[in-house]
Amino acid sequence: MQPSSTLRSRLGAFSVIAVVLGGTTAAFAYTAGWISPDRLSREKVVAGLSPPEGPAPGHRRNHVKGICFTGTFEANGAGAALSRASLLAVGSYPVIGRFNLATAAISDPDAKPRVRGLSLQILGTDGSEWRTAMITAPFFPVSTPEAFYALQQASASKEPGAMGAFAATHPEIVRLGAWAKSAPWTASYAEERYNSLNAFIFTSTDGQNRAVRWSMQPEAQPVAVSPDQLATRAPDFLEQDIKARVAAGPVRWTMVVTIAGPDDPVADPSKAWPEGRRTVEVGTLTAREVEDEADGPCRDVNYDPTVLPDGMSTSADPFPAARSSAYALSYQRRAAEAAQYPRTTPGARP
Amino acid sequence: MTPARFSPLQRLFHWVMAACILAMLFIGVGMVSTISTRYLTLVSIHKPLGIAILVLAVLRLFLRFRRGAPPLPADLPEPMKLAAHLSHLALYALMIIMPLLGWAMLSAEGLPVLLSSSLRLPPIAPQQPELYALLRSAHGYLAYAFFAVILLHLGAALYHALVRRDGVFEAMAPVPTRTLTDP
Repeated sequence: MQPSSTLRSRLGAFSVIAVVLGGTTAAFAYTAGWISPDRLSREKVVAGLSPPEGPAPGHRRNHVKGICFTGTFEANGAGAALSRASLLAVGSYPVIGRFNLATAAISDPDAKPRVRGLSLQILGTDGSEWRTAMITAPFFPVSTPEAFYALQQASASKEPGAMGAFAATHPEIVRLGAWAKSAPWTASYAEERYNSLNAFIFTSTDGQNRAVRWSMQPEAQPVAVSPDQLATRAPDFLEQDIKARVAAGPVRWTMVVTIAGPDDPVADPSKAWPEGRRTVEVGTLTAREVEDEADGPCRDVNYDPTVLPDGMSTSADPFPAARSSAYALSYQRRAAEAAQYPRTTPGARP
Repeated sequence: MTPARFSPLQRLFHWVMAACILAMLFIGVGMVSTISTRYLTLVSIHKPLGIAILVLAVLRLFLRFRRGAPPLPADLPEPMKLAAHLSHLALYALMIIMPLLGWAMLSAEGLPVLLSSSLRLPPIAPQQPELYALLRSAHGYLAYAFFAVILLHLGAALYHALVRRDGVFEAMAPVPTRTLTDP
């Protein structure tokens, strides 16, 4: 073999190696999103939630202010016809829950956030688990996670026309605006109705799938209090109220499952399903003890709405996936900062 | 006499695992890049595939101890021999460590470790955020390290196949590519 042809064949061999390694690396970088700056990453979504003063270290990146409670979910068995989930079979299941406010700013007084939340971790005797994070709004402001990100960008924007431009391209936002103006405010977490907003699939024992949403209906009669009046109260009046109520006796909600009609918008949480859809009361949530978050059992729980027992699953609604992904990053960030959110009682364990 | 090639079973393990591990790294890096519905699909593959790799890796290590490996060419420079040994050690270690880290990390986060809608593994670490943060970082950084070692491994395999043509690649080739000549 001529030296020049050896050189050429070696050059060819090294070119093949370079192409294979370079191609593999490029494919990896593309998959990771490193060369796709337009991809909507969870980093972007979480950054978009950040309040002007920055996130509170060690705390959740959204719904940052909250208080823990423990209690039970007593399933009455009516849900067993809809889903084979063992948590819907007659029984009493322990709950670790969290009342919270829909804000990323920890300094917000309780009177400020328009939307409040209730998160639950229901634990089955067989190791199954159901996590859900509900809010008081009856529907979501927007239809897609992309629109949610655009809404975050618009509301944080200093451009005067940003929100107007957003509303022009996302007319569904008007519905939430109307609700925010007209729905009464209450002075208690106990008087609120909390809604899953997202649709999930319940699978029955005979394999039938139904799209459902669920809500927690308060036993306490809601008393309307004007926002101006609430603004005069202590900055943590909601926490004080729920502590006092639960100390005086169990506080309850009824869990109501609504079953979608054949043409109802399952994939769009900004659209409520029509009135009159079949509903099933599947059980009662009872809050029995309230604990401050710093030392409470809800503190280290990631209320990922895709943690579902067998017999429940996600639907065409794109939000649970987006929430799961973003919550994971929020959890990762706050876990790394756990030392900056110390427990108040030394040695306290959830 | 030491065989010139890995046994057919060892080669089968190698290539099946190569596909699984490469897929796993792409799934991992892809799933953390997105909030789309693909996220849940990818996560639901990532968990059982990771456990499958762990099981395969344990079986493979057992095979490796039982059957050994063909010797490297005698004329291979010492630094390359050392690199070959260390990179294989790293590959075996990562195959075992990565799934365990993933499993432990979910345990530390307090998430149920579900391989399917009803198949659940027990936690292998206490539920603790500080521990989770550590394990999660390790899982992520070691994934990049794993990918880097695989690139090195792939580059070296091609170097042996195309440049040195010394039979090292043929020892693990899925099918015999050419007759091995005695060195």
